[in-house]
Amino acid sequence: MIEKITSSPHWHNNQTITGIMLNVCLALIPGILCYIWFFGWGILIQCVLAVVFAALLEFVVLKLRQRDPYPFLRDGSAVVTALLFAVSVSPLLPWWASLAGIAFAIILSKHVFGGLGNNLFNPAMAGYIFILLCFPAYMNAWPPATGPGVASVNLGEYLDSIFSISGTAFDAFSGATPLNAMKSQLGLMSTVSEIRTGPLFGHFGGTGWEWINFSFLLGGMYLLFRGIIKWHIPISVLAGVFLISSVFHLYDTDLYASPLFHICSGGTILCAFFIATDPITAATSNKGRLIYGGLIGVLAWVIRTWGAFPDGVGFAVLIANAFVPLIDLLTRPRVFGER
Amino acid sequence: MPPPLPRGLYFNDPVQAMTRALHSFPGGLLLEPQKEITDRKMSILHPLPERMFLPLQQHIGLPAEPKVTAGDKVLKGQVIAQANGYVSVPVHASTSGKITDIGMYPTPNPLGEKALCIVLEPDGEDAWFEIKPTEKYDTVEPEQLQRLIRDCGIIGLGGAGFPAHVKLMEGVDNAVDTLIINGVECEPQITCDARLIQEKADYIVSGARMIRHAVQAGHCVIAVEDDMPAAYEALAALVDDDLELVRVPTRYPAGGEKQLIKTLTGKEAPSGGLPIHIGIVIHNVATAAAVFRAVTRGEPIVSRYVTVTGRVNNPINLQVLIGTPVKDCLETCGYEHREENKVIIGGPMMGVHVTNLNMPVIKTTNCIIIEENTAPLKEMPCIRCGNCADVCPAELLPQQLYWHTKAGELDAAKKYHLFDCIECGCCAYVCPSQIPLVHYYRQAKSQIAAEEKRSRGADLARSRFMQKNNRLKNEAAGEETGETGPADDGKVDKKAYVKAAIERSKARRQDRKAPDD
Repeated sequence: MIEKITSSPHWHNNQTITGIMLNVCLALIPGILCYIWFFGWGILIQCVLAVVFAALLEFVVLKLRQRDPYPFLRDGSAVVTALLFAVSVSPLLPWWASLAGIAFAIILSKHVFGGLGNNLFNPAMAGYIFILLCFPAYMNAWPPATGPGVASVNLGEYLDSIFSISGTAFDAFSGATPLNAMKSQLGLMSTVSEIRTGPLFGHFGGTGWEWINFSFLLGGMYLLFRGIIKWHIPISVLAGVFLISSVFHLYDTDLYASPLFHICSGGTILCAFFIATDPITAATSNKGRLIYGGLIGVLAWVIRTWGAFPDGVGFAVLIANAFVPLIDLLTRPRVFGER
Repeated sequence: MPPPLPRGLYFNDPVQAMTRALHSFPGGLLLEPQKEITDRKMSILHPLPERMFLPLQQHIGLPAEPKVTAGDKVLKGQVIAQANGYVSVPVHASTSGKITDIGMYPTPNPLGEKALCIVLEPDGEDAWFEIKPTEKYDTVEPEQLQRLIRDCGIIGLGGAGFPAHVKLMEGVDNAVDTLIINGVECEPQITCDARLIQEKADYIVSGARMIRHAVQAGHCVIAVEDDMPAAYEALAALVDDDLELVRVPTRYPAGGEKQLIKTLTGKEAPSGGLPIHIGIVIHNVATAAAVFRAVTRGEPIVSRYVTVTGRVNNPINLQVLIGTPVKDCLETCGYEHREENKVIIGGPMMGVHVTNLNMPVIKTTNCIIIEENTAPLKEMPCIRCGNCADVCPAELLPQQLYWHTKAGELDAAKKYHLFDCIECGCCAYVCPSQIPLVHYYRQAKSQIAAEEKRSRGADLARSRFMQKNNRLKNEAAGEETGETGPADDGKVDKKAYVKAAIERSKARRQDRKAPDD
């Protein structure tokens, strides 16, 4: 009888990719709940749509690549990509744009590079940037957040916006995001403090946005506590944003928003704990991770402040992804006993 | 039995505070020790088996050469195969009996290959060959002790099986600052050293003093893990001011040679180098006990402690004669092999899964584990999480090594210090993609070794060819000029060279001894 010989070690800590991805999904729950509280049911529809599209496309592509699709569907990476994409886009986004983004994420930024583990760029961010460039009007408009529990758009209106082809429903419900407003009004020579008296702005960042960011922070803390992610990337992303925005804020408080505003607005926290920490596309050594995170933080602020788009997180992640091989090469740690 | 001590450095421990502060090594894992299964049970003597298989290679280096033929009668402790070169040790008969065969039989090597074994059928007498003790070891020359240690077939009993005398010879050629006796049995479930220490503490302490004399070491440290309180107590009762007894925090692989040196001295043995390069010689406790036996009785290695644990009825430590089949050991512990189980020789982290239970216990066999044979989870692609690098005690980049070995880029793998990998298994233990990393590294290492052997063979052939050409040319030239051939000159040179070398070595030894006088 031929037995399969197993190789040492014969013990394992029982952690699996599926387990990691499941924990990431769990950690997203507080943020998504908070999102629903401020913006209504749109985000949930987006999540369901994205997950269905991602799973279908993953299955089809794996079949086309003549791989057994089940282990790769079970690993949950497509679900995490879909969820991160869904929480990054406007809850009003039409279904076909979501499909286009997910298709770009799964096919062109994941499987074309060789599938799970081989992609150079974060699939969720690549998909997000793809539709941001193709359909910018749909990406920078959110329903206005009026306050906790009072969504300005109800379920029926969300369904209208997401499933109608014309886009008229979308135009009816959407408005500028706080980051968008900050950018356009700064362009109109208003000062930061004037702009922040507007109804879109809350205590630290945008109304609602600050609480959503705090909820994502809670989920991020869970991931840190469970050892799913390490502190290096989240801390360095936040430190990068904080440092560069502080310097410019101190230089001119009228022209540059405060560091707290930058951290509590847009996707900063989501990026720091959930997107930049994607191990596949991040640097691998601790020193490399600090450089990588810092780069994302600084780039995100630079693009927000001087770029053409209100939020620079997605671009920052993709640019930093491209630097990862170089960072890894330059931060190769010394070997034990090598002086 | 005192309660286990809490983890950490023992600055408030009266014994340790006086001796040395401990350092921490990188990486490593906290594993469930599972030692309580066997470490409180007295070991038992394994009965004589029906047949024993004595592999000619139980050590690192060249295999021994058989000195007996089938049909010969031998006595216990008699040399049946002699050492073949410097890095080699002899093999002794584990009991008295008849040699029935010399042939290829399964042995517990990592590749599961058959190897040349001498088969011995015990006669039941267990009659000893003539052996004699070395009186007053501290008055004899260290070189004599080293010869004795080689002649008794003593190798590193911790697992690697490196001939002990080679480490000792290096010790004579290089000044030894510290001798470490390694009782840090860090792999889970294995308790053979813990039991040996508890039952034969005096052998180890005396053996440590003998090795110390043999390498002329300045300091001698005996180290145990802090989850071995009974072993610590047993040794503490015997050590004197001349030896340090140290507890090191429980963390796998704290008992690895380089890791233990770092813990005890804060020094790092150089990458690709040996401990002796930083003035340290390290031996296992079982090796120390074997040296004690060799010196006080002239006894070669004929038996060892083996832990039998896992899914057996009576998990316990056995004192097993070398060459006893694994199957017999398992039967002694009340185990009948079943298909749903697998047999591992060694620990759960570094052990070898074996399928043929007729293979023998050899000098380096420390443990036999029966585990449930579950199908391994599917190997997924690497997601670059970096957990492997966090736990690697050699501070390697297991992930990069994996990419390179998988792609067959062996040169790149060497550049990433493949040969500094100690195969401890920490990386594969934490890999969420279930990649059998150690398996890939082992394959790459043996591929590189095979390639180097091939190229060495080619080099040798080339140099032989050149030599032959030169010789023919010289001979032709000699014939023409009527000179004598160069062969004689060569011989004279060689003799002079050897003499000069001996004198240099003597002078060096004198120099080293001078400060002590």
